[in-house]
Amino acid sequence: MTQSGYASERETTEGRVFTVTGGDWDTVTGSIDPLSNEKIVVNMGPQHPSTHGVLRLVLELEGETVTEVRPVVGYLHTGIEKNLEYRNWTQGTTFVTRADYLAPLFNEAGYCLAVEKLLGITDQITERANTIRVLFMELNRISSHLVWLATTGMELGAISMMLYGFREREYILDIFEETSGLRMNHAYFRPGGVAQDVPESAIKKIRDFLVYLPKKLKEYEDMLSGQIIWQERTKGVAVLDVTGCLAMGVTGPVLRASGLAWDLRKTMPYCGYEDYEFDVPTATTADVWGRYQVRLAEIRESLKIVEQALDRLRPGPIFVADKKIAWPAQLAVGLDGMGNSLEHVAKIMGQSMESLIHHFKLVTEGFRVPPGQVYVAIEHPRGELGVHAVSDGGTHPYRVHMRDPSFVNLQAIPAMAEGALLADVIAGGASLDPVMGGCDR
Amino acid sequence: MSIEPTSPEGANLGAPAQVPSSPQKGMFGITGTGDVSGFGGLVRPRHEVVGTPKPYGGYFDEVTDALEEAYPGFADAIEKVVVDRDELTLHIVPERLAEVAQIMRDDESLRFELCSSVSGVDYLNSDARRLHVTYHLASMTYRRRVRLEVAVPVGGSVPTVTSVYPTADWQERETYDMFGVIFTGHPNLTRVLMPDDWEGHPQRKDYPLGGVPVEYKGAEIPPPDQRRVYQ
Repeated sequence: MTQSGYASERETTEGRVFTVTGGDWDTVTGSIDPLSNEKIVVNMGPQHPSTHGVLRLVLELEGETVTEVRPVVGYLHTGIEKNLEYRNWTQGTTFVTRADYLAPLFNEAGYCLAVEKLLGITDQITERANTIRVLFMELNRISSHLVWLATTGMELGAISMMLYGFREREYILDIFEETSGLRMNHAYFRPGGVAQDVPESAIKKIRDFLVYLPKKLKEYEDMLSGQIIWQERTKGVAVLDVTGCLAMGVTGPVLRASGLAWDLRKTMPYCGYEDYEFDVPTATTADVWGRYQVRLAEIRESLKIVEQALDRLRPGPIFVADKKIAWPAQLAVGLDGMGNSLEHVAKIMGQSMESLIHHFKLVTEGFRVPPGQVYVAIEHPRGELGVHAVSDGGTHPYRVHMRDPSFVNLQAIPAMAEGALLADVIAGGASLDPVMGGCDR
Repeated sequence: MSIEPTSPEGANLGAPAQVPSSPQKGMFGITGTGDVSGFGGLVRPRHEVVGTPKPYGGYFDEVTDALEEAYPGFADAIEKVVVDRDELTLHIVPERLAEVAQIMRDDESLRFELCSSVSGVDYLNSDARRLHVTYHLASMTYRRRVRLEVAVPVGGSVPTVTSVYPTADWQERETYDMFGVIFTGHPNLTRVLMPDDWEGHPQRKDYPLGGVPVEYKGAEIPPPDQRRVYQ
């Protein structure tokens, strides 16, 4: 390997030391005639409020026009995929949920569906488990889109939208907390079902929310849509047509805002989405405005699905019947979060030794998954979330790769922003709704 | 620029890798006198990937027939066709990958417009071509999916598909970053998730997870890759 150009290195007793001098900076600036050449290079991020986390954009500007954008990612890489290989299949949900932290339930759903497909138990998932999954995924989609509305509002100058968006999201997080014990990073979906049943109190909260949100949503739409600044900042900005989207692999609301009604819930249904009635909203403007319209409409469609899912919720088991896979404990939310229910602890410790053995084996060893590989894709709030899972027949995942929509969509920033104004980079980047936890994994 | 393969990858960082041997032996990841369970002699063989005979069922026959018709080099380029768990995998000779991808995208009866995902898998100890790269293609017209898979040895290279699917750009960079597969013809093959000056390719199976032992109430818990685990 050749010596890297920007940082010299030397060996010391404490290890290798890199010296970053930036010494060529004077030659770079000195060679530019400020009168004839106004080209400047601006480093935006990784610590910048409008980059949704730790995204870094290297911008080349001429005046206020962007001539080149180079997105730099990886600042939030946490090695989730590598870590998965050292835990058993069930523990995997605890890791993947932390990837895209605004849509944790989608990460879990994608992962669980992949494991279930590997196990060949996809059609044994109980109806109640599937309905709960759909219900919670759609609530999560709403909360994710609300954060998008909030952050994008803030970045384009509507600070009040930020406060409102986060406030409404808090309602959904309360529902999640009531059910799984945690506001985020739930590890609620497990291979084979869901960790525990939805309590009646959470159902009531969801019903209240269904009445509450539409009114508020209308207020926010009234507040933003008629706003001349909002229109100026979004209409005709960061245009990416269908061809561009497909070439760059952009899916989700951005693709639908360019006119292609590609929604995996409709086109390649999973979890019983084919039985729900909802529309796939599209726009034809292919700009930030269109993406805003599509996301607002999607929140409304999700509310429809949530309502249908609530009506479909019939009492029944929430885990597959196969006791070799189903989690042995009946979990319950206690004061300190979710754990084994007291009845289950009493049973395995006091009454049934076989139950104790079974519990111990399944929790410490986990279940074996037949060797092979699968690819499962679901419709994430940001696009296609794909999980490529490989098993070697053991109790640990051999390899799990997450195709996160944020990672793929971010490639499109140069295509959307080059040649436009600097302010439009912010609007365009925000309209992709990147979440760096998912992008960098 | 030629990139010479460096080896052993990552072996100079931290603890030695806890590599599952193949065929996998024992049950707890330890050998010798430490294992008093009696399960130390268990051997779990690695399973061969075998080709599926025709007919494949579903739309898989249509896809393979259409590709055979549109691509004269089908017999040379396709190593085997595997149908497993309702998914079609075409194992392809690495040098032919870009050609096949081009036809998969452009042929009227194939039309795989979207390259959904690119990822790598390290099948350590399988054979010399241990690094696999998989391309998951989706046809929006026909609502179909197919997986293209190529296998290369360490230091091996795969022609890039970025000219066919520009979306593969970052994903191939990620695969290079994590597995060290070199994509020839790629416009900008640099690391994307790890720092630029990182050594080794972390997702390889002989790359250690790392970590430090943690003390909790007097007991020392070893890092995850050195714990006793069921395999």
